[in-house]
Amino acid sequence: MTSHPARAERLSGSGFVELETDVLVLGGGPAGTWAAIAAAEHGASVVLADKGFCGTSGATAAAGTGVWYVDPDPAKREAAMANREALGGYLQDRRWMARVLDRTYDNSHRLAEWGYPYPTDANGKTHHTSLQGPEYMRLMRKRTKQAGVTILDHSPALELLVHDDGRLAGATGIRRQKQDNWLVRAGSVVIATGGCAFLSKTLGSNVLTGDGYLMAAEVGAELTGMEFSNAYAIAPAFGTVTKTLFYSWASFTYEDGSVIPGAASKGGRSEIARALQQGPVYAQLDKADAEIQAAMRLSQPNFFLPLDRTGIDPFKQRFPITLRLEGTVRGTGGMRITDDNCATSVPGLYAAGDAATRELICGGFTGGGSHNAAWAMSSGYWAGGGAADYALRATQQRRAPLARAGTVGLRGGSSRPFDPAALAKAVQDEVFPYDINYFREAGRLDASLNRLDRLWHESSEAGGTTSDHAQRARESAAMLATARWMYRSALARTETRGMHRREDFPRQDEAQRHAITTGGLDEVWTSTRPKADADVAEAAE
Amino acid sequence: MIQVIDVDTCTACNICVTVCPTNVFDSTVGIPVIARQTDCQTCFLCELYCPEDALFVTPYADGPQPIDVSQLKRDRTFGSYRRAIGWTDDTGDARGLDRSYVLLGR
Repeated sequence: MTSHPARAERLSGSGFVELETDVLVLGGGPAGTWAAIAAAEHGASVVLADKGFCGTSGATAAAGTGVWYVDPDPAKREAAMANREALGGYLQDRRWMARVLDRTYDNSHRLAEWGYPYPTDANGKTHHTSLQGPEYMRLMRKRTKQAGVTILDHSPALELLVHDDGRLAGATGIRRQKQDNWLVRAGSVVIATGGCAFLSKTLGSNVLTGDGYLMAAEVGAELTGMEFSNAYAIAPAFGTVTKTLFYSWASFTYEDGSVIPGAASKGGRSEIARALQQGPVYAQLDKADAEIQAAMRLSQPNFFLPLDRTGIDPFKQRFPITLRLEGTVRGTGGMRITDDNCATSVPGLYAAGDAATRELICGGFTGGGSHNAAWAMSSGYWAGGGAADYALRATQQRRAPLARAGTVGLRGGSSRPFDPAALAKAVQDEVFPYDINYFREAGRLDASLNRLDRLWHESSEAGGTTSDHAQRARESAAMLATARWMYRSALARTETRGMHRREDFPRQDEAQRHAITTGGLDEVWTSTRPKADADVAEAAE
Repeated sequence: MIQVIDVDTCTACNICVTVCPTNVFDSTVGIPVIARQTDCQTCFLCELYCPEDALFVTPYADGPQPIDVSQLKRDRTFGSYRRAIGWTDDTGDARGLDRSYVLLGR
């Protein structure tokens, strides 16, 4: 560890910023900031580039989240690991669960040392099981800067760079408030760009369009668990604020006021989806007593913004709700992790947070914000350390010639223009509908994939875009690529497991207790990996 | 969706331009403008970062909504989210009031 933080070196001046650094982190949410801080603590110089503003960008900053924090009591830890194994389809890995619980415990206590205002109850016990997003991410930005990290805000990455010999060399993108470009030569890259929520307006998620998946796949990285990508969250029909936990105290009704049989936030969301296919659905938090109501107000002020500002008392009045697609933000699929430092299948490329698979701790069903928050701070910490060690070990010349790895939406052949808005809408039309994505079936998945594949080939042949539209072009291309990995993986899993529901294969099939790897651009492929660990209890079903 | 920058209270500090994760605002020679309203993701974070409580985000995600600025000011709706999370000078105690552990324990 160095006494003075290493700093990225600026290579050129105005109009175009070029930096040389040991580690480049793409994405400035919890995973990216933990990665940047950890890399700096390992003695590396670090640049962090965020599409938006590090501190407000991403699903965490706008929300409040539970944290999978469990006291280091063996019985409590065992219970925490065991209690969602069936839900996740027995695809978790106990060793990873244990190390995430350890890391989350340590990192939560570091947050407390850094001044995060954890609440204390009447008995003087401090609670570390939740974080307020705005507060947490404001603190993480401050700590990232104090660690000596160079932050590039409003600087979406557009593509990765490679050397002539194929080695990863950095990334390049635009500075959208300066109308110019950035290029960072780096010894290693951490992808922490989040998942893909397909611009569904679920809270804070419109910056999460799968950009990192696409950039990684363009240098050959693999994804896994992409069939576990159909998480939908309850929100007021007109609004963005999702808070699944609160709807545990809700009853759900049809237009005529009658209760929807079986509808529930947990274990009954598919009934809500089916009812929404027929007409409007309403919720009322009528099961919350006075203590719960007061705790909700204090815990999640933003939950009440859409309601207070439209004159709705959610405890006394029902209000229309919808299900917004959270895709892989709440799904568990993402880039495949190949070692304990969150390396990927590409040397020098690391993945953290929702950009990486969360199957290791969640299997095939979301652990909700709680597991994702624990995963973000743990995987970010490991990826940052791993990326730093990799970069500091490497002796190759960083200033060697570079090649751009990007494909669709950047440079095209024909004169037909690339229309990002039309492409994004076309992808949404394939991934939003409950009868394609929520309730899956071979014929509908196959028909959708044919349309998505055609869109990919049309987009590949379309012309490039102006720099004004480059970000939008790449976002829509990443959404399209993500949808194709999702549905190809969904077709390959001919069973129902975790959140992946096949109407034509409604049962879990013990022969398919494996992971599905996917990747590829023009040709999307899938393969299976055996589930190795034997210490996960088998389902008795 | 972001609906208004109140001309009477905005000091043109341009913090909103900097912090908006979806780049909705543009700075000008005067106060900032809502340049790309439909890019707003209705995350309410600009309200939290505005030191003058000059911004108002309606909860309607899908389109602009007419609002009555003077009424919202009389009701102290401007700044209500910032006060609720304890980010104003006189509400700092609210920062440690998270009671999620009560909800998670039920």
